[in-house]
Amino acid sequence: MSILVNRNSRILVQGFTGNEGTFHAEQMTAYGSGVVGGVTPGKGGQQHLGLPVFDTVSEAREQTGANTSIIFVPPAFAADAIMEAADAGVEVIVCITEGIPTRDMIAVREYLRSRNSRLIGPNCPGIITPDEAKVGIMPGFVFKKGNIGIVSRSGTLTYEAADQVVKAGMGISTAIGIGGDPVIGTTTREAVELFAADPETEAIVLIGEIGGQMEADAARWIRDTHLSKPVIGFIAGQTAPPGRRMGHAGAVVGGTEDTAAAKMRIMEECGLHVVASPADIGRTVREALAK
Amino acid sequence: MNLHEYQGKALLSQFGVAIQQGIPVHTADDAVQAARQLQESTGTKCWVLKAQIHAGGRGKGGGVKVAQSLEEVREKAGKILGMQLVTPQTGPLGKKVYQILVAQDVYYGGTSPVQEFYMSVLLDRSLGKNIIVYSTEGGMDIEKVADERPDKIHKEVIDPSVGLMPFQARKIARNLGLQGQAFREMTRFVPALVNAYEQSDASLFEINPLFKTSDDRIIAVDAKVSIDENALYRHLDLEALRDIREEDPTEVEAGEHNLNYVKLDGNVGCMVNGAGLAMATMDIIQLSGGKPANFLDVGGTASAERVANAFRIIRKDPNVKAILVNIFGGIVRCDRVAQGIVDVCKQLGNMDIPLIVRLQGTNASEARALLDASGLPIQAVTGLHEAAEQVRACVA
Repeated sequence: MSILVNRNSRILVQGFTGNEGTFHAEQMTAYGSGVVGGVTPGKGGQQHLGLPVFDTVSEAREQTGANTSIIFVPPAFAADAIMEAADAGVEVIVCITEGIPTRDMIAVREYLRSRNSRLIGPNCPGIITPDEAKVGIMPGFVFKKGNIGIVSRSGTLTYEAADQVVKAGMGISTAIGIGGDPVIGTTTREAVELFAADPETEAIVLIGEIGGQMEADAARWIRDTHLSKPVIGFIAGQTAPPGRRMGHAGAVVGGTEDTAAAKMRIMEECGLHVVASPADIGRTVREALAK
Repeated sequence: MNLHEYQGKALLSQFGVAIQQGIPVHTADDAVQAARQLQESTGTKCWVLKAQIHAGGRGKGGGVKVAQSLEEVREKAGKILGMQLVTPQTGPLGKKVYQILVAQDVYYGGTSPVQEFYMSVLLDRSLGKNIIVYSTEGGMDIEKVADERPDKIHKEVIDPSVGLMPFQARKIARNLGLQGQAFREMTRFVPALVNAYEQSDASLFEINPLFKTSDDRIIAVDAKVSIDENALYRHLDLEALRDIREEDPTEVEAGEHNLNYVKLDGNVGCMVNGAGLAMATMDIIQLSGGKPANFLDVGGTASAERVANAFRIIRKDPNVKAILVNIFGGIVRCDRVAQGIVDVCKQLGNMDIPLIVRLQGTNASEARALLDASGLPIQAVTGLHEAAEQVRACVA
């Protein structure tokens, strides 16, 4: 097992014929992911990278049986693309696009409430289940197969964590980058819940950052459900000044409860293995599993 | 992106939100002229002069003054304009005042007592919905109210499927203790405020104080407005309101090169690909005994040109005593980044401060070999622990 994506994922690429879409469709296919086609409005009927191009997601889904979609369309059109995928019944929607207005994402989240699709992102690196499917833009070789689940708001920091886990002699069940925006499809807690239910995942690495309450919510859920799997937590931005946005639209300290220190304290109180230095993630996972 | 008070109020006014009338000016002469004009249009008998800077607590630093006569307007405007205004939010250096807002007096006497409320519209991240936060305790620091009297803070959630409903505005007016004319005014004020917030893609509207006059009018006396930068592409009129004098010049320059840079006050500069890893690298610097001098995300590609620009920007800060480069190569190959760093160092010449370069990921060993063979005084490392140790040695 694993979560969200696996060798049965049939993947559509929205924004297929653009530069990003083309490059990453090739990379995903080279990794072995089941890319079955793509959508570029107005280019339906063409072939691209040897795969069919469709005008709409619903047609693409009917023709290919796709259950997963990855979105590379520009910010101004991304909310529409997410809703189109949900309307077509795509089960897992991964939105890579950075820079979507918050007002659009509020509408997207509302739209998804009454539908059965799960959105990952936006502004994220995607999801990878090693040796099975990469639905994202991460370097696949870093992620070796194993039993550690990773959930993170950041891209390169996810790669860093995976690299440390692998170098410490373990591997990854699935890694999810949930995205750095203030309004996203899948929260830290929801990702942790999925890992908690996955028999293949033995420990969870939770990488958060300043801003918002997601890590605190996840930590309280872990405490309240007496989760038996160890959870190793790191919060980036211990040195970030309040009120300044640190790259990610959602990485800004707004109050007293969304600082790195506050989140680390809550995570510790809830029984997580909190690491102060990002250099210690791999080692701490190994120690937590040995206990 | 933050707006000045006068810009925020003009925006509110466009959407039919009642505001305290005022005119922004750059000189004491213009202030007198503006005061006369306001006297004619509003009948005000005295004026409030407010420094226009992007920071709160202006009154505490002497940036807000009342003038009883036109002579006083000239004198006090002259004092505020050009001053280096220090408030609890500006830091010790303060901010230079280029502009003041000459505003009408709203405390005029009348049949009912004046009241100061608090109201803001903003995103509740946990809910993924906008909310209205309001309180009877206006005119003071809302964080303080939240700490001391949390029962005095009310929240109203705006359901995205239907938007703000009229009953919610009535509930707010009721909870603020309003009746009659003031109640009716508030039920018009709240929807106008929410409409302005939504239509301008704002991330914050804060009205403090939200004021009830002695003749039962409800008006915004201050306006703190932030616009969602991701939405500026569809608000070119608002983008034009950006005042770069309020920003750090190096940050502005970095932005022109599409680099995400935030200046900090430490001694170790850093250049990283990815925002999360950049924050984590700042944390490592601190845990190693240094203090981060900046946040800098060069982006996923970390091309030679971006690396060159990033180095120039970091080197502008005289406090920087060492630089830590931390790149996790994924799609971008580490040897390419390493070559970029070597080229830039040769081009910029005499690198007189320690440069620690940590390259991990795709082609990391080739990158290290390239750096080692360059003959440059670069301390190449591959692990984060090693990087931390090198930083520790540099700042010791």
